[in-house]
Amino acid sequence: MSGKLKGAEIFIECLKKEGVKHLFGIPGGAIIDLHDAIYKQKDIEFILTRHEQGAVHMADGYARSTGQVGVSLVTSGPGATNAVTGIATAYMDSIPLVVFTGQVPTHLIGNDAFQEVDIVGITRSCTKHNFLVKDVKDLAYTIKKAFYIARTGRPGPVLVDIPKDVQTASCEFEYPDAIHLRSYNPTYHGNPKQIKKVAKVIEQAERPLLYIGGGVITSNAHKEVLELAERLQIPAFTTLMGIGAFPADHPLSLGMAGMHGTYKANMAIQYCDLLISIGARFDDRITGKVSEFAPNAQVVHIDIDPTSISKNIKVDYPIVGDAKLVLKELLSILKDNNKIHQNRKKWLDLIKKWDSEHPLSYEDSDKVIKPQYVIQLLNKLTKELDPIVSTEVGQHQMWVAQFYNFNKPRRFLTSGGLGTMGFGFPAGIGASFANPDKQVFVIAGDGSFQMNLQELAVLATYKLQTKVIILNNSYLGMVRQWQQLFYGRRYANTNIEVQPDFVKLSESYGIIAKRVEDKKDVEQALTELINYNGPYVLDIKIEREENVYPMVPGGAPLSEMILT
Amino acid sequence: MKRIFSVIVENEAGVLSRIANLFSARGYNIESLNVAPINELNLSRMTIVTEGDENILEQIGKQLNKLIDTIKVIEYSDDVPYVEREMALIKMHTDSSTRAEILRIVDIFRGKIVDVSQNSYTIEVTGSSEKINAILNLLEPLGIKEIARTGKVAMSRESKQ
Repeated sequence: MSGKLKGAEIFIECLKKEGVKHLFGIPGGAIIDLHDAIYKQKDIEFILTRHEQGAVHMADGYARSTGQVGVSLVTSGPGATNAVTGIATAYMDSIPLVVFTGQVPTHLIGNDAFQEVDIVGITRSCTKHNFLVKDVKDLAYTIKKAFYIARTGRPGPVLVDIPKDVQTASCEFEYPDAIHLRSYNPTYHGNPKQIKKVAKVIEQAERPLLYIGGGVITSNAHKEVLELAERLQIPAFTTLMGIGAFPADHPLSLGMAGMHGTYKANMAIQYCDLLISIGARFDDRITGKVSEFAPNAQVVHIDIDPTSISKNIKVDYPIVGDAKLVLKELLSILKDNNKIHQNRKKWLDLIKKWDSEHPLSYEDSDKVIKPQYVIQLLNKLTKELDPIVSTEVGQHQMWVAQFYNFNKPRRFLTSGGLGTMGFGFPAGIGASFANPDKQVFVIAGDGSFQMNLQELAVLATYKLQTKVIILNNSYLGMVRQWQQLFYGRRYANTNIEVQPDFVKLSESYGIIAKRVEDKKDVEQALTELINYNGPYVLDIKIEREENVYPMVPGGAPLSEMILT
Repeated sequence: MKRIFSVIVENEAGVLSRIANLFSARGYNIESLNVAPINELNLSRMTIVTEGDENILEQIGKQLNKLIDTIKVIEYSDDVPYVEREMALIKMHTDSSTRAEILRIVDIFRGKIVDVSQNSYTIEVTGSSEKINAILNLLEPLGIKEIARTGKVAMSRESKQ
């Protein structure tokens, strides 16, 4: 395309070149020109949300469920600050997003103008990078850079702040095909010598253990991980972010480790002699007390981000690189001789013993509805559908992580790092836009759901296949659990019995909804929700004081699990 | 443990703030920080003196590298021979009883008087931070009015072979 274009038109052309199909946000004074340009075209659909936080979470769910860059457009000032929680959520979980914010005209910047905020300053520590575009001539190249930075290396959110006068100024439009930044060159190929060394220690290890993080999903390395595990008979656990990167139903799967991890996974960490971490970052929710974490193990750490290596735990064999490329190389070295240590069977038997001693369990009841029962049932009923499951944050999130078996990546969407209540519902909506043929189940707590329930309007508008299941205990349950266990049952400010009637609320938006209070009705209600063609909200009143177990108290070593 | 980092960065708006933000957000100390453009187009060199144990220093190096605007990070420790210099401007109260002594001290430290008035000298002195500290110690009892220090700048030594 040649000839002069306005900034707003350049914005549209750039998004088209990047293959953007959906844009989530809310208009405002500082982006009214961009919206005018959106109005005049048909390639990009604008999804009008009801809060900017919801918009960014939708873009995030879109990105998590597809691996593509999610895109959001919000206005200056409050629009931009409302987006910050969404941006920080994506940053903590390394999700590729490009968030566009409107800004007051360049001549007013710094004047405390109406709806002005220094969003570039505010988001500096929660974006991978951010830009203020001061000249329309820089707009196309900046957008190119933003998408490139967001999706390469360790992905993350990038913010582009566009002043109003840049949107209306004109210049020649040219979109660069390729991009090279002298200051940004992620390392993709691991050091070959180091990979050879690691191949050797893996062959020699008696009790090796795979530690699978979200990076495996990002790098699309789940097949290579599985091949490594199967060929050398190495058991594997995942982090919360790594769920789905290793098939939960696989005999070598230990489930999730950490604070609410399985007994066998946590014990395996404490007893393994080689811990092979791939695309994970030794978060405090995984390690427990750092000084007593994996005390018998040498540690291999494969990660694309050098700052993740030896940050919390001293690593013996660091490999900086893309998980998939490093594993391919590693597998090719291991190819000819799949040496499995003679004592491997002993190791796997020990894990089996741990599993039979303390499997994931709960005490079911006929009088009240147990949340774990609901998740197990949903797992059984939806297995064949291969659905996407999005969660909010809290007890219900852990029950899904424990009792829903994810066998494929990009099926489980959850805010792991930041732990953002209010994430799951809009993220599920975003996933529905990206995967219109798939069912998306949002598992929410009643507390979290109230943090972004205004997005019911989006659901009502687009009649998506997003099904919301509220596990309603009328508590901020996870905090209540801590209060019960560690604060002498003093339930300070966690009782939220005063809440909307979620059924009537949904119906007021024109969305079908139902409430279940009796265990015998759960299966039928779930079946009805699954079979319904369109959005559906199911409010399930669960046991109010059910706890998530096992639990490693904050700061305790992994071996000190509270089991029931 | 002290360490000097030289960071070559894109000379773009906000880059200083990104670096400062990195240090404050992660709780690292900055003892001194010096920034100025260098001869290559649109590049600046920052010299940061910081303190921490080996793990922290390793993280600081990696985190500096991770910033999108960073082109190169050079670390100076005892394993790498390097030259470091700092400059100070020192304004002294003077009277007939102190002028001669001040001049003598400035001379010993190969400093210069760059501004003179009825009752003041402004001294320029360059050297290692220890040298600057030493002259300040000697001048202190004679009446220092104001001090401005650049903070360290550093560069590796070339091999002598």
